[in-house]
Amino acid sequence: MAISKPLSALSNGRLETARLLHETPLLRAMALTKRYGRIAAVEDVSLEVYAGEVLGIVGESGSGKSTVLRLLNLEELPDAGEYQLDLPDYTDENLFELDRFARREVAALHIGMVYQNPHLGLRMRYTSSGNVAERLLMTGEREYAVLRQVARESLSASEFPLDRMDDPPRVLSGGMQQRVQLAKAIALRPRILLLDEPTTGLDVSVQAAVLDTLKRLQRDLRLAMILVSHDLGVIRTLADRVMVMRGGRVIEMGLTDQVLDDPQHAYTQQLVHAKL
Amino acid sequence: MTTTALESLALPREDYAYGFLDAFAKRELRRRTLKAIAIPGYQVPYASRELPIARGWGTGGLQVSLSLVGPESVIKVIDQGSDDSVNAANLRRFITRMSGAATTTDVLEATIIQSRHRIPEEVLREEQALVLQVPDPEPLRAVQSDSSKTHQMHADSDYSQLWLVLYEQLVRYKQYLQGASYPSLVNGRYVISPSPIPRWDTPKLHQAAHLTLLSAGREKRLYAVPPYTDVYPLEFSDVPFQVEDQRTWADAVTGVVNKFMNEIPQVDGTSAYEVSDSGYLDKLVAQQQGERQAFGATYYDDEGNFYKDGYLKALVRPQ
Repeated sequence: MAISKPLSALSNGRLETARLLHETPLLRAMALTKRYGRIAAVEDVSLEVYAGEVLGIVGESGSGKSTVLRLLNLEELPDAGEYQLDLPDYTDENLFELDRFARREVAALHIGMVYQNPHLGLRMRYTSSGNVAERLLMTGEREYAVLRQVARESLSASEFPLDRMDDPPRVLSGGMQQRVQLAKAIALRPRILLLDEPTTGLDVSVQAAVLDTLKRLQRDLRLAMILVSHDLGVIRTLADRVMVMRGGRVIEMGLTDQVLDDPQHAYTQQLVHAKL
Repeated sequence: MTTTALESLALPREDYAYGFLDAFAKRELRRRTLKAIAIPGYQVPYASRELPIARGWGTGGLQVSLSLVGPESVIKVIDQGSDDSVNAANLRRFITRMSGAATTTDVLEATIIQSRHRIPEEVLREEQALVLQVPDPEPLRAVQSDSSKTHQMHADSDYSQLWLVLYEQLVRYKQYLQGASYPSLVNGRYVISPSPIPRWDTPKLHQAAHLTLLSAGREKRLYAVPPYTDVYPLEFSDVPFQVEDQRTWADAVTGVVNKFMNEIPQVDGTSAYEVSDSGYLDKLVAQQQGERQAFGATYYDDEGNFYKDGYLKALVRPQ
């Protein structure tokens, strides 16, 4: 299903009002704070993501980007803050206050995650299709043929060569491992996809191919995505809006073109103009 | 003034408490056993006592047997189906010496059957208790080495990793590979590792009339399958669980088929087969020699059909 409408639909009178004005955000996080001992990894971070939107998070190493993502994936609990997803059963509920069992269910059903390091997201010795099927097994699917079918569909949606679907990820290349992670993340058709530096460590041509796949999937499935990267090229290619973080705080937020072409904050200016 | 000698008030001195374990140990074990029966399949921790046999030789089963035994009990001990192995004979002698209970090799007469890795061929009755010795009680051990995490997984009923192992087996080998200790869901709640009984014996636990107690002495865990409780081996809905296919195997002495067999390699490279349940085999041999023997119904009939219709499904191999 494509979301872009033909021009005729737009030209018959009125234009649509901006979705920001009349839709409720799919994801809303308010005042997230997370400390590890004396170190404040994330301080007072708030963000909203709408359905089908891509939010980029940029910042240097140690700026708290990955911690935000781990909080949003419900892997860790914050010291303070609220987290809401616009889901039928969980509207207006702070997901951080759910019990462990419900949190696991929400994360499994509605949130997909792709890690920078495939070892975090994949079982390296199990088959690639098994890695994808695990998501369905977590939600109680008990028919082998269905598992095979969904694994095949998900892997082909992430443009993974199907003749290798039963190879374990440890024998695959880095780009293919990321495609397996992606297939695993979208196996249950989640509403939101979290990407933690998905293309870091890949060479430029493979990186471009993976970004293409991401872009197509995002359009086809109307996924909301949060993309963490320190690579401004990746952010410019995919993100609609961008959030700049430093020292655990958000220092600038806005449309991608606006922030990258006309940065206001001194640090962002430095970041945009930094070249080797 | 009359003085009462202290000896006349106390019980006569004995070298050992009845059933070897002291009263506190037996009380603790009985409480744990009751808890295990109340929560089918849940692994109850207990204080495993020292016994005059080494850990790993059946101390878990022995402690449960000693806590159950009484003077009127009839004990049968089997080791891989056999009544006469050294381990089985020693355990049986120890239990009778400590309790005065009678012993038997005929499963029909026994009230307590302690077993290492087999369930007898003849159907057990309501008044019988089966005590299984367990080396590793944790079905999740192979997929999660951290026991605090496995406790959490049991609490959440999160067995997806066991299913993933089955999926991997089907992808690679087109069949479930687990030969013994096949993970099974008890009462729709807890997955147990039913000690290493062969797959052949796993269905016998389902809606069984008898009480099954499983005890791991070294790991200090005790769990139970109470009478008339659902036990289902983990299986995908379109790939049924199968027991060992021994349809062409016939016992070398009696010619009996469709009982669980031991394979005995021969000098010429072929194999001979022998019914694994030695108590049952002894009765068959005695009957062939003209003695009258009492036989109970068996779990699998001579055509290999399981006594509960429809529980085992037809063989299907995945594509």
